[in-house]
Amino acid sequence: MAEHAQAESLALRVQFDTAEQQKDASTLGMWIFLITEIMFFGGMFAAYTVYRTWYPTVFAVASTSLNAPIGAANTCILLFSSFTMVMAVRAGQLGHQKMIVLFLVLTLLFGFAFLGVKAVEWNEKFEEHHIPGQAAFHLEGLPATQQGNAQLFFSLYFAMTGLHALHMVIGAGILMVLIWQARKGRFHAAYYTPVDVAGLYWHFVDIIWIFLFPLLYLIDRHLGK
Amino acid sequence: MITTAVQEREHYLNAGYGLKSWLLTKDHKRIGLLYLATITLFFFLGGAFATLIRVELLTPQGDLVSSETYNKLFTMHAVAMIFFFMIPSIPAVLGNFFLPIMIGARDLAFPKINLLSWYLLVAGGLFSLFAMIAGGVDTGWTFYTPYSTSYSNGWVIATALGIFIAGFSSILTGLNFIVTVHRMRAPGMTWFRLPLFVWSNYATSLIQVLGTPVLAVTIVLLFVERVFHLGIFDPARGGDPVLFQHLFWFYSHPAVYIMVLPAMGVISELISAYSRKPVFGYSFVAFSSVAIAVLGFLVWGHHLFVSGQSLYAGLVFSFLSYFVAIPSAIKVFNWTATLYKGSITYHTPMLYAFGFIGLFTVGGLTGLFLAALGIDVHVTDTYFVVAHFHYIMVGGTIMAYLGGLHYWWPKMTGRMYPEGWARLSALVIFLGFNLTFFPQFILGYLGMPRRYHAYPEEFQVLNVLSTAGASVLAVGYLMPMIYFIWSLRYGKIAPANPWGATGLEWRTASPPPLHNFDETPIVTHGAYDYTTVMGEEIEVG
Amino acid sequence: MGEFQLFPVQASSLAPEVDHLLYFLLAVTVFFTLLIFGAIFYFAIRYRRRSEKELPHVVHGGYTLEILWSVIPFGLTMVMFTWGASVFFAGARPPDNAMQIYAVGKQWMWKLEHMEGVREINELHVPVGRPIRITMASEDVIHSFYVPAFRTKQDVVPGRYTTTWFTPTKVGKYHLFCAEYCGTRHSGMIGWVYVMEPRDYENWLGGGAVGGSLAENGKLLFEQLACSNCHKDDNSGRCPTLVGLFGKDVQLSGGGRVKADEAYLRESILQPQAKIVAGYEPVMPTFTGLVNEDQVVQLVEYVKSLGPKPVTPANAAAAAPRAGSAVPAKK
Repeated sequence: MAEHAQAESLALRVQFDTAEQQKDASTLGMWIFLITEIMFFGGMFAAYTVYRTWYPTVFAVASTSLNAPIGAANTCILLFSSFTMVMAVRAGQLGHQKMIVLFLVLTLLFGFAFLGVKAVEWNEKFEEHHIPGQAAFHLEGLPATQQGNAQLFFSLYFAMTGLHALHMVIGAGILMVLIWQARKGRFHAAYYTPVDVAGLYWHFVDIIWIFLFPLLYLIDRHLGK
Repeated sequence: MITTAVQEREHYLNAGYGLKSWLLTKDHKRIGLLYLATITLFFFLGGAFATLIRVELLTPQGDLVSSETYNKLFTMHAVAMIFFFMIPSIPAVLGNFFLPIMIGARDLAFPKINLLSWYLLVAGGLFSLFAMIAGGVDTGWTFYTPYSTSYSNGWVIATALGIFIAGFSSILTGLNFIVTVHRMRAPGMTWFRLPLFVWSNYATSLIQVLGTPVLAVTIVLLFVERVFHLGIFDPARGGDPVLFQHLFWFYSHPAVYIMVLPAMGVISELISAYSRKPVFGYSFVAFSSVAIAVLGFLVWGHHLFVSGQSLYAGLVFSFLSYFVAIPSAIKVFNWTATLYKGSITYHTPMLYAFGFIGLFTVGGLTGLFLAALGIDVHVTDTYFVVAHFHYIMVGGTIMAYLGGLHYWWPKMTGRMYPEGWARLSALVIFLGFNLTFFPQFILGYLGMPRRYHAYPEEFQVLNVLSTAGASVLAVGYLMPMIYFIWSLRYGKIAPANPWGATGLEWRTASPPPLHNFDETPIVTHGAYDYTTVMGEEIEVG
Repeated sequence: MGEFQLFPVQASSLAPEVDHLLYFLLAVTVFFTLLIFGAIFYFAIRYRRRSEKELPHVVHGGYTLEILWSVIPFGLTMVMFTWGASVFFAGARPPDNAMQIYAVGKQWMWKLEHMEGVREINELHVPVGRPIRITMASEDVIHSFYVPAFRTKQDVVPGRYTTTWFTPTKVGKYHLFCAEYCGTRHSGMIGWVYVMEPRDYENWLGGGAVGGSLAENGKLLFEQLACSNCHKDDNSGRCPTLVGLFGKDVQLSGGGRVKADEAYLRESILQPQAKIVAGYEPVMPTFTGLVNEDQVVQLVEYVKSLGPKPVTPANAAAAAPRAGSAVPAKK
């Protein structure tokens, strides 16, 4: 108990009156930050909505050229990583330091796996000449006059998945910091707010992907195709 | 009496000396002063660009600088002024300094993020400064595509990156303020006991947090198109250049409310303090701030009436633009009513407050012209618009900012500014401002387009008047620079409450102690309860 | 044109309407400005502090006053909105019998093209009293076609057509400005609109047609680019005939209909796969890069000349041969 009280007062910043106030403030702060992220990605979703409405067939053909099974696998990887993140927060609540570290590490590994798969995918796009802005761009299944419109799809694909991947990289960085701190014994049942709040961020990045996947990969898809 | 000599006791300014104590400070008051220094530099940079513009426009021909240089001047004038002066100004200087004190807190919720916000502004400023020195950017602060993505040869990316980074400064400040107001109010400080300055900054923070990210992603899209030749706005690939305009203005319209709402908050404080009366219609003024923040997000299309947007979209945006005018009108009426049966003095901050109300009224009413579809077709992209927004941003916000600086200078520095010189400069600014910008309304209706390096001869007289006004205005702005610095050493020592004003900031010493209060205050009455202040007979002046 | 003025001349049918709305707005502005300035001035003097210890009584606000000064301004703004919208709509839709002119904006000049083939650079001659409809394209960045004396302005956006229209009401010479920042010589992208008496306009027109009308040039291009290999008059080619097309509704494959207007024709030339006519294969190649906007205008005018036109007195007059002017030969 005394250990907890001491840890609590050590972590309590001077501007706050109680540990509870501090935790509340941190959590509210992260939620507000996530709302800003929704607005941030929102601009790209708006551009996507406009161009998909204008060029539905082009978007459908372009979407079909993406590797849906790999995208689906990546979706599962992220969902698992959110699960391990929740388990890390749970470990924090219970004060199981080793478990905090374990689950954070697993989350990080899943994150790296996702990024690795993404890199493979992007490389595939490069080899198939689906990189917009390059003279060699060509999407099969569409005539010459619609290649420009197809480039719009791929521009959005790279911009949106790129922005998402950047957020994953930042998330990975945050996880690494947390792992380091957790190994030094920083977190326990009375104080695990950074893990909690990082969890919110990680889940958010996951949810963005849950929207990106069907919008980019699954236009006009049918099972077995 | 709480008159205390600055030298004798510990306060936030002498709590630590040396560069590190400033550059690594977590004290919101010091951070406010760091911002003050930074934005003042950008103000004078933007002002220098404005000077060159106005001198060039003395003659109809483009003979002072080349066209390319002129285009860079107006672009960089706006970038410096909007992103590195106006948007931070009141929230990051006065808000940072006083919001925690006004709610009875020791600091903001996240002091380290507050410092990070300042560093982000500086970093963004350095990128933009680099772009300006390396050759400049000539796209206009609005960066319309495809000119900015495919045609301009200037330092578009560096400038855009500078703005992007500064945007995060704005977002984090907003986030900090929102959490602070929600979670850090002193015991007894209910929402409806908050000073209106806090309400305004809260509403501003909502806009900063919701709107700025859209600017950020717009810049990202601009970046990838210009650098990687991705085709988001490229008409050759079926992209829509007007989509850029929608995304850009979705932020940039609310941005103007980021610039004016805090100013309105300052005016509420000044009008009340120098009438020795509570603001008339407190809850209406408080809610009008939030209403402006919300409605401000719904009107961006009024910048696109002639851009190729559908007629019906135009109708909707025109209608909503009239809506957003009403809460501002409510404020103006309430401020005026506050004066009724008040006890009014003419200290410099009050002069600025009067100036604000008058000039904001004119600027706001000219917004009604622009919201009218039929008139906007004629005056959009002309000097009418330039005059309109300068009336609000310069005649409005900058006057409120100066008023607030004067009002709170004694609290921040422990020194009084020289009242005579200050009143004179307020008058000079008021006169210079009107001479600069009123002729521009006429020029706009006559048809002089904006961003014009050279213009037809018949517009010269009005341009000369405008430049004459600008030189007067420049003098007016230099004066406070000089006497504020002078006052730091030679100004009268300030008491805790030189104006006999209400508000928790006046219950603590001038300058305040490191953690703002010796003891956390317990709040028992509303923000503008003068009976208590007068009851304590705090020495005034 | 170099004299100082405080108010722009009214040279179109729209200008007085816009100015009347302006006067109303000015009146409201002046009223409220004087009201507020006056109240502040009066209160500031009447209620100035007379002794240091004076403490004013708190004046309590009430709902009535707040509602009053919200509702009345709101009512006024709704008048402004409605009036502004009606002026806007009046200026947005050209009458059917408007004379057609094309404008192409490019850095940093305006190219104006009359139907009869007369081309102007940075100048536009028009007859007084007739509605003029200008269909505009940009070859590069966004420009804006602004004639202050007419109170009209419309952005010119690359990748599409936009239109503006006016009926000049006063003979004279009026500024034409580009009103959307477009780069280095934005302020040099200016010119003049010359409004002439109809007779003078006809004389001017007659003397200027070099190289045939727009439609005639379009016909030449149509043959040079081998369009006639597929688009045969008798509908025997692989592609739909263009005779009688303009102005009709076209049934598209995949459902949907579209009106065959100038924008549709332009799109069909530059992005033929965007809309396929029902019952035909998507075999038309694109001409992007092979034709510039001027040439697209000529092709569009040629196709229009093949199509049914609404028979109005203006058209009937235009179709009748006139002495001394080039008249497009219609099929």
